[in-house]
Amino acid sequence: MSRDVETGTEWTKPIPRPDGVSAPYWEAAARGELVVQECPQCGHRQFYPRAVCTDCGADPDWLTCCGSGTVHTFTVIRQNHAKPFKEELPYVVAVVELEEGPRMMGNVTGCEPDDVHIGMPVEVYFVSADEGVAVPLWRPRGA
Amino acid sequence: MSDRTPVIAGIGLSDYPVAPDLDSVQHHALAMQRALADCGVKKSDIDAYIGAGGSHQMMVDDPVTMAEYLRIDHRYIDGTMTGGSSFEFHVQHGAAAIKDGICDTILVTYGSDQVSRMGRVLGTGGFTRGAQKVGGPMAYEAPYGNSLVGAYAMAAKRHMHEYGTTSEQLAEIAVGVREFAGLNPHAMYRDPLTVDDVVGSRMIADPLHKLDCCVISDGGGAFIMTTAERAKDLKQPPVYVLGAAGAQTHWNISQMPDYTVTSAAKAGPIAFERAGVAPADIDTIQFYDSFTITALLLLEDLGFAPKGEGGKFVQEGHLKRGGNLPLNTDGGGLSSCHPGMRGIFLIIEAARQLRGQGGEAQVPDAKLALACGSGGWLSCMGAVIMGSEHP
Repeated sequence: MSRDVETGTEWTKPIPRPDGVSAPYWEAAARGELVVQECPQCGHRQFYPRAVCTDCGADPDWLTCCGSGTVHTFTVIRQNHAKPFKEELPYVVAVVELEEGPRMMGNVTGCEPDDVHIGMPVEVYFVSADEGVAVPLWRPRGA
Repeated sequence: MSDRTPVIAGIGLSDYPVAPDLDSVQHHALAMQRALADCGVKKSDIDAYIGAGGSHQMMVDDPVTMAEYLRIDHRYIDGTMTGGSSFEFHVQHGAAAIKDGICDTILVTYGSDQVSRMGRVLGTGGFTRGAQKVGGPMAYEAPYGNSLVGAYAMAAKRHMHEYGTTSEQLAEIAVGVREFAGLNPHAMYRDPLTVDDVVGSRMIADPLHKLDCCVISDGGGAFIMTTAERAKDLKQPPVYVLGAAGAQTHWNISQMPDYTVTSAAKAGPIAFERAGVAPADIDTIQFYDSFTITALLLLEDLGFAPKGEGGKFVQEGHLKRGGNLPLNTDGGGLSSCHPGMRGIFLIIEAARQLRGQGGEAQVPDAKLALACGSGGWLSCMGAVIMGSEHP
């Protein structure tokens, strides 16, 4: 399922550098798709992308996710000296548990930081960061 | 047959909490001089070196550079780097090497000029730059602007969610450690604290307030390990390494399998089994208190309180001066010093207590101490049980 990819603004934050293993993940993100890895041998699902299944050591395949998850834990960052983050304070950094199982870090945007809570349903969207690279972010589901 | 039971024979601290005239390497060197003077080991007797750097600059104070700089003619070297817990892992490795006869006298050093060189940005943005490219696992975290404080905050938030732990309970840890800092003339902050002071201090990353966070300082330390046999001729009473173990659950915080359980839950039971003692036997604990939540998780994971009941345990007062399990009798990272990787101070303070040299902060009749380091983002935990009596 394809999600929004915002391309209009200049990305001023750290830019992910794809490598031989992760390039398909970042390319999928640039198309508006969130993928994780699934092992064809043992079925284990994992994020972030690796050259091996962390359970059995086999070569993982890709699994396209629905783009929905829930907030597993989070914090509201109220002090950060580094640009450009200090201009965005306060903001939410969360660990989101995907419906498919694996967890990943991301910002929750589109609501007040104080409205974010553990268990909150969220959906992914992407912001283009570089050629062939988009960064997944999260907002309240159905917002 | 000579007695190869591993001991901590000498300890030394460099100058802290702020030493603008010392760089990282000088902290290592000064701490070594003081550890040698403390126990009477001759520098030429050292036949092994262990370190983890401290400045985070290769070719400055990494283990092989320090072994050259200090001119240690070693036949055993270890550079295990697990962050702040490195030195607990070093004790584990050093004890095994001594028992095995690979070496006889190990020097371990650490030094950092963190606050004089970098200021106070370590916890809140010190590692992040703007639109630079980031590879490896950090590619999945760096775009989101998390801070070091934020990583621990996510564990605290989940612990509160699952177990009802409160900010007031976490604050009690900072209050108790501050009382010990008041007894340490070198501690960075010495004025008494209240729970209201902690929960009323500025929020840095919810739910962690400024006073839930450790200080940022300069500092260094060194200790010398040898055999019980050799320690008989030295100036200080030996402190025996009874059991040491380390474990790892993840490195980067987004990979932590359970935000309420650290790898101390694995390392702790191994260390206790090797030492042949139980949590109830321990007289004082020296924990890595990078944040109040770090100490709370270690209390539970090492078996001093059941999982989820660390907050209640803290409120019962066990950890304070005069309690039955005093925590961080030097004032800890929360109030005394935290140059970046604090694990060596835990070993040194545990040894000081077991020698009976704790001064006003001395835990009466301390015979068993547990030092537990935390490295990374609650990632690598190293537990060391030490005793004043030969096992």
